[in-house]
Amino acid sequence: MLNIVKERLLQLGIVLFFLSLFTFTLMKLAPGDPVFTILRADEVAATSADEEALRKELGLDQPVYIQYLRWMYSIMQFDFGNSLINGKPVVQDILERLPATLELAAGSLTVMLVISIPLGIVAAKYEGKWIDHVSNVLALLGASIPAFWLGLMLIYGFSYKLGWLPTMGMGSAVHLILPSITLGFGLAAIYARMLRAGLLEVLAQDYIRTARARGIGEWRIMYKHALRAALIPIMTVFGSSAGSILAGSVIIETLFSWPGLGDMAIEAIFKRDYPVIQAYVMISGTMIVMVNLLIDISYTWIDPRVRYVKERII
Amino acid sequence: MKPNYNAMSSAALMHQRSSTSKWKTLLRYPLMLVGSVLFLALILFVAAGPYLVPNDPLLIQMSERLRPASWEYPLGTDHLGRCIFSRLASGAQMTLSLAGIVITATIFIGVPIGLLTGYVGGRLDTFIMRVVDGVGALPEIIVAIAVSGFLGPSITNLLIAIIAVKWIEYVRLVRSIILLEREKEYMEAARAAGFGTWHMIRRQLLPHIVSPVIVLASLDIGKIILIVSSLSYLGLGAQPPTPEWGAMLNDGRPYFQTIPQLMIYPGLCIMIVVMSCNLIGDGLRQLLDVRNK
Repeated sequence: MLNIVKERLLQLGIVLFFLSLFTFTLMKLAPGDPVFTILRADEVAATSADEEALRKELGLDQPVYIQYLRWMYSIMQFDFGNSLINGKPVVQDILERLPATLELAAGSLTVMLVISIPLGIVAAKYEGKWIDHVSNVLALLGASIPAFWLGLMLIYGFSYKLGWLPTMGMGSAVHLILPSITLGFGLAAIYARMLRAGLLEVLAQDYIRTARARGIGEWRIMYKHALRAALIPIMTVFGSSAGSILAGSVIIETLFSWPGLGDMAIEAIFKRDYPVIQAYVMISGTMIVMVNLLIDISYTWIDPRVRYVKERII
Repeated sequence: MKPNYNAMSSAALMHQRSSTSKWKTLLRYPLMLVGSVLFLALILFVAAGPYLVPNDPLLIQMSERLRPASWEYPLGTDHLGRCIFSRLASGAQMTLSLAGIVITATIFIGVPIGLLTGYVGGRLDTFIMRVVDGVGALPEIIVAIAVSGFLGPSITNLLIAIIAVKWIEYVRLVRSIILLEREKEYMEAARAAGFGTWHMIRRQLLPHIVSPVIVLASLDIGKIILIVSSLSYLGLGAQPPTPEWGAMLNDGRPYFQTIPQLMIYPGLCIMIVVMSCNLIGDGLRQLLDVRNK
C-alpha cells in the first residue's frame, strides 16, 4: 500500500514537472515581448534605459533555466503575477471564480449519478428488454452529441420556447439545472453502460446463485450484493472523469455565461492575458492530477484485490 | 518438388470461407452497417461536394440574408446571405480532413514509439512511460487552451494540441500488446532463428497490433471531431469565414432565437458523423474480436 502511494506521489511530481515545463515553454514562445507589453500599457514614451531596467527587474536578462526556476519558485507560493487586463493578482481572480466551477461540477456529478445508477441497474435487471435498448441508445447519443450543441438545444427548448428555465448566468438553483444536465449527460450515458456491464458480470457469479438459492429477493440481491461489487471497478475510471468535467466545464461555462474558471480562461485567451492563462493551465492541471491521485489511492485502499493486480502494464 | 495444389486450394478455400463468414458476421451487426453506410455517404458527399454544392460557401450576399429553404438554397441562408447547405457540405470536407490529419499523425507517432518501448523495455521504457503518464494526465481541451492561449487561436495550433495529447493512447495500447506477445514461444523461436530487432518488430509484432489500433482509431475519429468542433465553437479552432461546423454554430449564435436552423443543422451534422464513427468502432471491436480495454 505504502509503495503504491510512494509510486503515485513520484508520478505526481513528474506530471507536475512536465506541466510546468510545458506551460513555461509556451510562455516563452508566445509572440510579443513582455517588456514592451508592460511599457506600452503605461502609455508613456519609454526610453531604452527604462526598457533595460524593466528587463532586469523581471529577470529576463538571466539565462532561461534561471528564469524557469524563479518562475517555479513564485508559482509554488501561488504567485501567478497580476492580470494584464485588470491589474489584480491572478490568484484572487481564480479564488473568486473557483466556487462557480465547483458548483457546476457538483451539479453535473449529481445529474450523472441520478441518471446512471438507476438506468444501469434497470438495464442490467431487464437485459435485452426495451429499457436496456433505451440505455444503449442513450449511451450512443451521449458519446455522439456535442455537449455545446446539446446545451444550445436545451436552451432553445426550455428557455426560449417553454420559458421554464433561465438562459444563462448564475444565481438560484434553477440556473444550475441546464448547465448541469448538459455537462452530466455524456458522463451519465457512459457510466450507465459501465454499471450495466459490471452488474451483469457480478450477477453471473456463483455467490449470487447461492443467494438466489437461499431465497433472497432479486432486488435485495441487486442492492446488497451486486451493486457493491460492481461499483468498485467503476471507481477506477471515475478519476478520469474529473478531467472530463473540468475540461467540459470550459465549454459549458462559456455557453451559459457561467462565471467559473473555464469562462475566465477563454476570456483571457481573447484578451491575451498571459498570466491568467498560465495560472489556469497550472491550477486546473494540478487539480486534475490531484483528484486522479486521491481516487486512485482510495480505491486501492477500499479494494485490496487492486493492490495485487495493479502492475505498471496500463 | 511438385507444389501441393491440394493444400494450396484448401488454404484458398479456407481463406474464402473465412472471408465470407466475416461478411456474414458483418450482417449480424446491423448498427455497424448503419454506421458504415452513413460514413460512406459522408465520404461520397465530400467527394461529390464541388459538383453537388449549389452555391459558393463563402459568397456573402447581404440582400439574401436569412432566407428560408428554397430550390436555390436547399437549407436557406445564414446571417451573411451564405448558402447553409453549401457551407455544411464544405464543412464536411473540412471536418473529415482535420480528423484525418490528427489520426494519421497520432498513429504515426504513437505506434512506433509503443512498438519500440514495449520491445526494448528497460530504462527506455521507464523513461517513455513517465513521459506518457505526464502528458496523459491532461485533457486535450486544457492543452488546447494553453497552446492557443499563448500562441494564438488557430486551427493549426488546435491540431498540434490534440496530436500532442492523443499519441500517448496509442503508445499505451501498442505497448500493452507487445508486452503480452513478447514472452510467447513464437517470439523466442524467431529470436533463436537469428532475426534482428527490425524483423521482429515488423514481421512478428506488427500484425498483432493492427486490429486494436484500427478499433481505437475509429473510435478516436469521433472524439477528435467532437473536440475540434467544440473548440471551434469557442473560437479556438477554425476561424471565420472557414465553413467548419463548430465555427458555423458560433457564427449563428446571435440569431439562434429567431432562426434556430442556423444552429440545428451543423449540430446534427456533427452528431451524425460522430455517431457513425462510434457505430463503426463498436462494430469493428466485435468483428475483429478486440477485447475491451
